Amino acid sequence: MHDLWTWFGAFLTLAILSFLYKDNVFYKFSEHLFVGVSAAYWMVVGIWGTLFPNLIAKIYPEAVRFVLPSLADREPEYHYIFAAALGILLLMRLSSKIGWISRWPLAFIVGTTAGLNLVRFLRSDFIGQVQNTMIPLIVIKDGSFSFLDSFSNVVIFIGVFCGLIYFFFSKEHKGVFGVASRIGIWVLMVTFGAGFGYTVMARISLLVGRMQFLLGDWLGLISR
Amino acid sequence: MTFFDRIKNIDRRIIFLFIALSVIIPLLLNITFKEEAGPIVKNVFDKIESLPAGSRILLSLDYGPSTVPEIQPMVNALVRHSNEKDLKIFFMCLWATGQNLTTTTVDSVQIKEFPDKVYGIDYVNLGYKAGNEGLINVLITDMKKMYTTDVFGTYIDDIELMKPVRNLTSFDLIIGLGGGTPGIKEWILFAGDPGNIPVAGGCTAVQAPLLYPYWPNQLLGLLGGIKGAAEYESELIKNYPKYKDKSQPGINMMGPQAIAHIVIMLFIIIGNITFFIERSREKKAGMG
Repeated sequence: MHDLWTWFGAFLTLAILSFLYKDNVFYKFSEHLFVGVSAAYWMVVGIWGTLFPNLIAKIYPEAVRFVLPSLADREPEYHYIFAAALGILLLMRLSSKIGWISRWPLAFIVGTTAGLNLVRFLRSDFIGQVQNTMIPLIVIKDGSFSFLDSFSNVVIFIGVFCGLIYFFFSKEHKGVFGVASRIGIWVLMVTFGAGFGYTVMARISLLVGRMQFLLGDWLGLISR
Repeated sequence: MTFFDRIKNIDRRIIFLFIALSVIIPLLLNITFKEEAGPIVKNVFDKIESLPAGSRILLSLDYGPSTVPEIQPMVNALVRHSNEKDLKIFFMCLWATGQNLTTTTVDSVQIKEFPDKVYGIDYVNLGYKAGNEGLINVLITDMKKMYTTDVFGTYIDDIELMKPVRNLTSFDLIIGLGGGTPGIKEWILFAGDPGNIPVAGGCTAVQAPLLYPYWPNQLLGLLGGIKGAAEYESELIKNYPKYKDKSQPGINMMGPQAIAHIVIMLFIIIGNITFFIERSREKKAGMG
C-alpha cells in the first residue's frame, strides 16, 4: 500500500513538473486535485478542530458528547451565541437577496483586525524598528574597540538613513541630498538582490526535495 | 545565426534541463559541503542549550506540504535538541496543514527516537486553531480559552503538562516555524514584544530577508531557509555526535543547492555578456 501511494505521489510530481515543457492534461488533473483536496482538508480541520470544540461545545456541550466526550459535561457559555450569530450572518452572502447582511460581521472582522494590527504594528514595526536602528556607531567590547561590530552598525545606520532620503520627495534630489539618495537606491538594489538570492534558494530547495523523493523514495537510487 | 544570437533566443526549457541536472547529479554523487553555524543560527542553539531541564518550549508548526523540504529539517533538528535537553515540548499550529505535519513529526521523530518520553508529561500536541494573529492575541492572555482540548480531544486540564500553563508567558521559549503568514512575524508582534517572551524562528528562504531586521532585539535568532537548517544540524552534530549517523537532510540538500546556484550565476553572467555585446553591436550599426 505504501508503494502504491509513493507511485501516486511520483505520478503527481511528474505531472506538475510536466508543465515546464508545456501545459497538458496531466498537469491540469493534478492542479485540480490539489485545489479540491486542499479546500476539503481546511474545511474538515476547521470543523473538527475549531467549530466543534470552540463554538458548539461552548454553547451546547451535550451536542458534542459523541465526538468530544471530554467537553460534554462542561457548563455552557452562552455569550458564544453572539459569535455564532455573526458566523451565520457571514453566510448570508450566499443569497443574492439578503447578501448585504454579511457586511455587518465583515465590518466586525475588519474593525477588530485593523485595531489589533494597528497597536501591534505601531509598537513592534515602528517603535521597535526605530529602536533597532538607534545603535552605537563606535562599539567598545570588553574595553577595546570592535571594528567589525562598529562597521556593521555604520552600514545599518547609513543604509536606513539613505534609504529614507530616497523616499523623501519634498526636496529635489540634488547635491549632498542627491548623493545620499543615490546611496539609498544602491541599498535598495542590494536588498532586492539579497531577496532574489534567497528566493532562488527557496525554489531550489523545493526542487531538491522533490528530486530526493523521486530518486530516493520512488526509484531507490539514493538513501535519505 | 551567431553563437550570441542562439544564446539570446535559447529555449527556456534548456535552462530548466540544466537546473534539473545541477540538482540530480550532486544528489546521485552525494556531494555535500561543510557547514558552520553563523551567529543568528547559533543564538537559537545556544538558547535551547542554556535552558534548564523541564523548561517549556512552544513549537508552532505554521507551514504546509509546499515548504516541507525547507522547514521539516529544522523541525526535526529542534525536536531532537529539545529532547536531548529534557525540555517540555508543546506542539501547536497556526496553519491547518501544520496539524498533519505535526502528527508526522511526532510519529517519525518524537516517538520513534525518544520512546521513553511520555505524551502529556514530556510533550503535547495541541493541534490547529483558526484565528491567525487573533489566536495568538487570545493565547497571550488565556491559553485554555482557545485550547479546550488537545489534538486527540482530551480535556486540556486533564493533561498533566498543561496544568501549570496559563498563557504564553508560561513558556521559556517560543519557536515559530513558518512558511508565510501567519508565522514568525505574528509571533513577534503579538507574543514576543507585548509579553516579553523570547521568540526564535525558522522560516523559508523567501521570508528570511523580511525577518532579519527583527534580530537580535525582537527575534532571538533565525534559521533562514535550508541553509539555516543545515547550520543548525551541523551545530547539533558538533555537540551531540550521535546524530552524525542519522539523516541530515539540511546538510544533504546544500550540495545540490550550491551547484544549482553556480549554474544560475553562470546563466546570469552569460545573459549579461550577451546583452552588452548586442548593445555594442547596435551602437556600431547605428554609427555606420
